[in-house]
Amino acid sequence: MHIGRSIRTVPLAVLALASMVGMAAAYELTIPSMDYRTGPYAPNGIPFANGWTDYWTLLNERDGGINGVKIKVVPCETAYNTKQGVECYEKTKGVGNGAIIYQPLSTGITYQLIPKASVDKIPIHSMGYGRTSAANGKIFKWIFNFPATYWSQASALVKYIGEQEGGMDKLKGKKIFLVYHNSAYGKEPIRTLEKLAEKHGFTYRGLAVDHPGQEQKSTWLQIRRDKPDWILMWGWGVMNQVAIKEAASIRYPMDHFIGVWWSGSENDVKPAGAAATGYLSGAFHQPGAGFQVHKDIIKYVYDSGKATDSAFKARVGEVLYNRGMAAAMYASEAVRNAMKIHGKKEVTGEMMRDGLETLEVTAERLKELGMEGFTYPVKITCENHEGPGLVAVQRWDGKKWSIISKFYEPDREVVGALIKEDSEKYAKENNIKPRDCS
Amino acid sequence: MMFFLEATIAGLLAGVMYSLVALGFVLIFKASGVFNFAQGVMALFAALTLVGLLQGTVPFVHTNNPDWALPAWLAIIITILVMILLAVLIERLILRHLVNQEHIILFMATLGLAYVLEGAGDLIWGSDVKVLDLGLPQGANDWLLDNYDLYVEKIEMVAAVTAVLLVTVLAIFFHKTRIGRALRAVADDHQAALSVGISLRTIWVIVWSVSGIVALVAGVMWGAKSGIQFSLSLIALKALPVLMLGGFTSIPGAIIGGLIIGVGEKWAEIYAGPYIGGAIENWFAYMLALIFLLFRPQGLFGEKIIERV
Repeated sequence: MHIGRSIRTVPLAVLALASMVGMAAAYELTIPSMDYRTGPYAPNGIPFANGWTDYWTLLNERDGGINGVKIKVVPCETAYNTKQGVECYEKTKGVGNGAIIYQPLSTGITYQLIPKASVDKIPIHSMGYGRTSAANGKIFKWIFNFPATYWSQASALVKYIGEQEGGMDKLKGKKIFLVYHNSAYGKEPIRTLEKLAEKHGFTYRGLAVDHPGQEQKSTWLQIRRDKPDWILMWGWGVMNQVAIKEAASIRYPMDHFIGVWWSGSENDVKPAGAAATGYLSGAFHQPGAGFQVHKDIIKYVYDSGKATDSAFKARVGEVLYNRGMAAAMYASEAVRNAMKIHGKKEVTGEMMRDGLETLEVTAERLKELGMEGFTYPVKITCENHEGPGLVAVQRWDGKKWSIISKFYEPDREVVGALIKEDSEKYAKENNIKPRDCS
Repeated sequence: MMFFLEATIAGLLAGVMYSLVALGFVLIFKASGVFNFAQGVMALFAALTLVGLLQGTVPFVHTNNPDWALPAWLAIIITILVMILLAVLIERLILRHLVNQEHIILFMATLGLAYVLEGAGDLIWGSDVKVLDLGLPQGANDWLLDNYDLYVEKIEMVAAVTAVLLVTVLAIFFHKTRIGRALRAVADDHQAALSVGISLRTIWVIVWSVSGIVALVAGVMWGAKSGIQFSLSLIALKALPVLMLGGFTSIPGAIIGGLIIGVGEKWAEIYAGPYIGGAIENWFAYMLALIFLLFRPQGLFGEKIIERV
């Protein structure tokens, strides 16, 4: 009887052992993908999600992962809904060996995840979105928003406007309006623009557009009446397309209409047709598929049948695709950095945070990655989670986007003071003692 | 004064666009007492099908094959046939099994239908923004803008004319045809209609088909403004205050309700919005409708509900 039981136990033991060996052999890095491939914001969510996922697939297929460790991308549909986004976070944080970074692609979701990140010890990279004051690494230890924030972008765009007007002193008496998505995201640049209006003497006015932004006639009638010299737009989804069409309809000059970098993709301009020609937007990376990395993606991901969305092949290189790809590039470089710092290949959220906080992506490294000139070098420090904060302006010529300006430095005097004020207020409210970064 | 006139005209034309969506709700509610939550998604689905046929999109693959692209007239006819087929399927697979159920059950069924249709649209045609090229005029009316400095969008003028034609055709259909009279009989009393030999199933197929065609018109008009994309389904939210105000059973109510809501929300946003933070037009439309409900719970033109206790 005992022998019989032992015999029965042997296969189970072998199975358990095999699975343990299998688990050890198949150690993978868990990277959640907070997608929105459905719902009203899907047209913007899909290219970003494809760029993000394709880059990780490229690393797996071309390089065998990062330093030999494969990456497991875990998709979760947020539908750009804050509640669903938080559910995705809770659902995916413990998958596999545990999530090591989140890229929520939503300012609303990011705001909700900020307090959770420090508890769960998983860093958040809200790349160019989210809470701007999280740039203060002394207070927001787990949040990173490099390579630039909304406030830096607002100030850089005002610098561009100043340059077009013939100097910052020429802004006095001008009218700059902001058309914004009536959400946490859309409201981010308001304080910066108010401060800049005080500093440079221009008149600022904000015009909110409710979700989703399908009907904006009241907004554009007010613009027609008040005749602002320049319009900035913090829009997302259908709001962008309708706004560009409305601007064209009232004959607003497109070269005086600048969107945030989330309002400057192919999806935003194509529905307006030729009327969108000349429209401008912020940018921190190049558009187009002319880089070596794109050729590799086509070869190793699309042509080998590994793409999540194979029909997207012809659209590789679109602005939002490149942005998702850039986000994955930064995260993968942080993984490498974390492995180097800790001398281990099994990366945890805490190790990943260290990797992000000492991340340096030089021009040489970008070249090695097949992304020479794709974006500017980035260096992150304990105090500065925003990085350089540089912003250029890109223009839609009716067929494609092209960067037409230099990269502008943000107004550190205004933005720095606002970041300090807001982050310190957050620290006080949440009883956070600022870290010593010296 | 000119700006006030411009805002008023813009409100009236926006109201017509809301009415186009509201009409689809009214038709189904009038004939079957069902509040069709899927009406907005039907507009999206119809528009997606139309633009897919126009562009030669390969279903389920989402790539465009120029050889498959159809001329506009043929694409419209096929889309109408698809909407009729959809109506048949809805009757066969959903409504037939829910005869004599509570209205709330039917409402929940349309809620499910909305999600199924949205998913099907995504699966068949893809989620990216599609440009609708039907040759509809775009931009401001240059003559009015150049001569009177009056800004009116051409597509909204087309929508207004279309709405007038649509209401006229529906009025003739309801009052002058045999099927129309049968529809009205069903709307008045299901049991009585059945007792004189009117087939409830046929009526439901017809009314859902007509509603599908109205959804196509609404989808085309809204899609011409913003491109065809999934946020189109949310235009249903713009129709709700129109229905509350105009009444769920009245076609003229949907039109008048749309005009009142359109003008009301534009005035509110432009003249009151700047003092209270802006972006008030969405909730203002509902507030306006609720105020009307206080005085006329059945809406401006709705039928008064009297129940024996």
